[in-house]
Amino acid sequence: MGARIAGQKVRAAFRFAATAGLICSLPMLQGCALSDAPVLFPKGPVALAERDLLFTAFGIMMIVAIPAILLTFLFAWRYRKRTRNTADYAPDWDGSWGIEAVVWLVPAAIVVVIGTIVWDATHELDPYKPLASDKPAFKVQAVALDWKWLFLYPELGTASVNELAFPADRPLTIEITSDTVMNSLMIPALGGQIYAMAGMRSEMNLLADGPGTFTGRNTMYSGDGFSDQHFKAYAMNEADFATWKEKVAGAADVLDAKAYVDLHKKSVADPVRYYSSFETDLFSIILRKYAPIVGPYESKAAELICRGAA
Amino acid sequence: MLGRLTIEALPFYSWVAMGGAAVTVGGGIAVFLLITWLRAWKVLWTDWLTSVDHKKIGIMYVVLALVMLVRGFVDALMMRAQQAFSLNTEGYLPPEHFEQIFSSHGTIMIFFVAMPFLTGLINIIVPQQIGARDVAFPFLNSVSLWMTAAGAGLVLISLVVGKFSQAGWTGYPPYSGVEYSPGVGVDYWLWALITSGVGSTLSGINFIVTIVKNRCPGMTFMRMPMFTWTSLCASILIAFAFPALTVVAGQLMLDRTLGFHFFTNGDGGNMMMFANLLWIWGHPEVYILVLPAFGIFSEVVATFSRKRLFGYTSLVYATACIALLSFTVWLHHFFTMGSSADVNAIFGIATMIIAVPTGVKIFDWLFTMYKGRIEFHPSMVYTIGFMVTFVIGGVTGVLLAIPPADYLMHNSTFLVAHFHNMLIPGALFGYFAGLNYWFPKALGFKLDTKWGIRSFWCWIIGFYLAFMPLYVLGFKGMSRRMEHYADPSWQPYLIVAGIGALFVLCGIACIAIQLYVSAKTWGSARDITGDPWNGRTLEWATSSPPAAYNFAVLPEVTDIDAFHDMKILGQAYQTPQHYEDIVMPKNTWVGLALGALAFGLGFAFVWHIWWLVALCFVLSLVCVAIRASDDNSDFVLPAAEVARIERERLAEISPADLHDMRDFVPRGVASGAPLTGTV
Amino acid sequence: MSAATILEEEQKHALHSREFGFWIYLMTDAVIFALLFASYAVLAKNSAAGPTSKELFDLGRTSVETGLLLVSSLTFGMASIALMHDQKGRVVRWLIVTLLLGLAFLGMELSEFSGMIDKGAGPEVSGFLSAFFTLVGTHGLHVALGSLGIVVMIAQVLTKGLTAPVRSRLTRLGLFWHFLDIVWIGIFSVVYLPGVL
Repeated sequence: MGARIAGQKVRAAFRFAATAGLICSLPMLQGCALSDAPVLFPKGPVALAERDLLFTAFGIMMIVAIPAILLTFLFAWRYRKRTRNTADYAPDWDGSWGIEAVVWLVPAAIVVVIGTIVWDATHELDPYKPLASDKPAFKVQAVALDWKWLFLYPELGTASVNELAFPADRPLTIEITSDTVMNSLMIPALGGQIYAMAGMRSEMNLLADGPGTFTGRNTMYSGDGFSDQHFKAYAMNEADFATWKEKVAGAADVLDAKAYVDLHKKSVADPVRYYSSFETDLFSIILRKYAPIVGPYESKAAELICRGAA
Repeated sequence: MLGRLTIEALPFYSWVAMGGAAVTVGGGIAVFLLITWLRAWKVLWTDWLTSVDHKKIGIMYVVLALVMLVRGFVDALMMRAQQAFSLNTEGYLPPEHFEQIFSSHGTIMIFFVAMPFLTGLINIIVPQQIGARDVAFPFLNSVSLWMTAAGAGLVLISLVVGKFSQAGWTGYPPYSGVEYSPGVGVDYWLWALITSGVGSTLSGINFIVTIVKNRCPGMTFMRMPMFTWTSLCASILIAFAFPALTVVAGQLMLDRTLGFHFFTNGDGGNMMMFANLLWIWGHPEVYILVLPAFGIFSEVVATFSRKRLFGYTSLVYATACIALLSFTVWLHHFFTMGSSADVNAIFGIATMIIAVPTGVKIFDWLFTMYKGRIEFHPSMVYTIGFMVTFVIGGVTGVLLAIPPADYLMHNSTFLVAHFHNMLIPGALFGYFAGLNYWFPKALGFKLDTKWGIRSFWCWIIGFYLAFMPLYVLGFKGMSRRMEHYADPSWQPYLIVAGIGALFVLCGIACIAIQLYVSAKTWGSARDITGDPWNGRTLEWATSSPPAAYNFAVLPEVTDIDAFHDMKILGQAYQTPQHYEDIVMPKNTWVGLALGALAFGLGFAFVWHIWWLVALCFVLSLVCVAIRASDDNSDFVLPAAEVARIERERLAEISPADLHDMRDFVPRGVASGAPLTGTV
Repeated sequence: MSAATILEEEQKHALHSREFGFWIYLMTDAVIFALLFASYAVLAKNSAAGPTSKELFDLGRTSVETGLLLVSSLTFGMASIALMHDQKGRVVRWLIVTLLLGLAFLGMELSEFSGMIDKGAGPEVSGFLSAFFTLVGTHGLHVALGSLGIVVMIAQVLTKGLTAPVRSRLTRLGLFWHFLDIVWIGIFSVVYLPGVL
């Protein structure tokens, strides 16, 4: 009896160890799964340039990092205390101009190199900078809400919640603001992020390599619904985009001031929603809601949006 | 009468909250009973709580840090457990709890683990390293300690009465503003920051004056031990940077309590100003945490390589460079706020420049090991672990300093991995090295090395397992602070990170066992000479633990490694010609009272109990006035008493206890007559 | 050496350290004011729906406040000179004059604040007013604490005489008082003057 229980325990322990081992090795087995890491394998030229910068800087720094790590192990081993160590011992040796020169100047030179790259790249990859293309940029206005994203399409006169669609062959220009706390809009496969702040307008220019579906999200912690505040971004070919346009234009809902006040209320993990039209100048009304100097309201709708939701 | 404090503030609304409260209250009761059982109240009061002795204050700081480390680590463990399981589910923590946990984890680890740990070590060691009898302002030192403790008390009590902040340890408005976080949580956070911040500012001033004014004869600035140098630089940073924290916390407090509009959405507020002010404190703060650890590594690496420190001058200048540059880089914490490319590029490059002096330091330690005789004492092992791991953190730091790369990695778990990669090896390993290195100096017996080495291995394995996956998850697009997630490919990494946290748990357990085992066998591991590791700097010239006055006769110094030279020349452990009377500060209850009043004031403010706020404030002023009018705060320890203490100490030391200084004469080098040991 | 002389030696060193420490404290306070100035500069135009600085500030009143504070700095200087000449009575008299000037300044400031709040221009109205009240109020709070310090020091001079610690404390209080004067000049030229221009 006792032996059987012991046997069971051993078997249970064995099963546990095997499971634990399997779990531990999973990430290694999934090494190939890194191919879906949007930062490492981007799907647009902006993100690609940013990633390449990451790789270049990483490579250059290895000139210093690898020797530092290897020398640490080497010295720790070679000069360890033991009864018969034939390695040199110089207890009063405390300086060398040559070594000092190398350890100051080599890292400094690396910083000069990376610094030059940084100066150019920061200007080149300024999120506000329009992207060169033979086609006009597709403009979208994004508004961060608790806890969802509202996208306005001035070109189409329509709007969508928690879904972004744009033609794959045109650069995408997103104007961003927030009608709640600070958020940060990011579509990792296409490029970096920028903050969304109430009363302020920020901008991001992106471009997709081709049609595809990407995940976008708010990366700036904003409260209880934060974990679910993500959306799908679709870069579509012409035919798909035309279909999508029609679908949204035919939606029953209209995003007038009243509907916006409702939408503004806190909600978590909202389904995708479409609006066939939106209130005139909605984006600038949302901006002026938090203006540092408050003037008279330009319209009834503006007053409703600014006060009703506040 | 009680403001907004009602019975609903007690945590009967959830099991998790009740558990936390029960552990806190239970812990408090257990400590109370233990002290009563040991009949230790009187000793505790006269020898510790009212003490103004820098060594005792330092020990109390370190105890506070270790207690809070456990509390902060429980938070970490809960987060790792939550994320390991919460794929497409709520896990076991609702968002409200998860948010309090990550907020308190960061707050505790920075303000109530790292800050008290380093302040404690500086307190214990720096006066001894510079051959001084105490810090410049012993009473102020006691005030600092109790202010810090008051802040820690506010964080702890938030677990029992009310809730802690859900706005993260950086508390960015407008989310932390009253409109989006109306509860008491953010107020607890703010008052914990303000009280402990005032304490830190006073410590900083105290250490600056101590180091500038109280050095023993002959100790010029360029003969100060490295730890003293880094402490001086860190103290200067504290004095310059912490006022910024006071300002920004005060402004947010005014926003929340009196309806001001510094950082609100609209009404003329500007949330970007918060980010700027916070990080004008926050970035120097990183170096405040790291620089003293760099000093510890410098001391440890020289002692256990049995060699002079390589490139002392270079290290001093590198430290000063880092301190200066730390004020020029704060904007890299928000490259994604939409500044112009010029601004971002300038701050990015400034950030990278800091990597140069930091790299120099790593190489200087490396070349201290070169041609040495390295002993793998736990503090040396922590140092080597630091050097390897910190390089990785430095590399990822430079990556994040490139603005366009930061656009990709900002707010991701890559960032979380990076700053843990700086602070765990760069700060915490340093403090642990210091704990192992200076423990005998503080308490008179050595720590068990076996458990010290075990704790190191658990920590380093745990660190790599916990944070390397987070780097990868950053590439996979995972944001920080997610209570649950929908991407199944993230989960294996989070499970590994969770296992890493378990290893760290073992590391903490090993430290606890190490303390227990060492305390149990302290008789056999007693440090009789006061110099257990054949140290080089002046703190080893005193007994372990040192007499209240540290040095019966103030030493005179002619070189960097002052005590090492004394031992070589046979000048150590000598009876002086005559002893003199020594002036000592009297103990006082005022510091403790001010801490208690600060706690009361903070608590009352959190709950809007205005009469109590006023009462605490007025009583604080009364305490300060009483103290300010007291011209009789010192007493004289007669020379005869000093002579008795010193005679007893020297009588205990037998020649066999002393280190053989002939070790320092290299084999094969003809250096004339063999150097004598000592005596 | 007798216990009394060694205590005296030690006290000299301690007071010396305190004066140096006080300079560093003043520097931390200067950082606080610098950041409050910066906050004001950022928010100065953010009047939201409330009044602007032009509608609120009255240079006449501010000039009187400035005068009071500047003269009080001078009278504290007279107290310091009297201290140097060991004239206990004159020290106390000049301190009383300084205190009265300080209190008059505080009175004017408080009436300015209450007047603004009555006009619907309290600190909760706009970012501009929040920053204004915080900066000027923090300075006022310092003046109040300084005045309290003067009261305590008058009492100490009267009861203890001009002992070494009392002298040292008076010197430090003087530094503090002059520092507040400098900050006020900053407030006058950063807040009030551009506010009406």
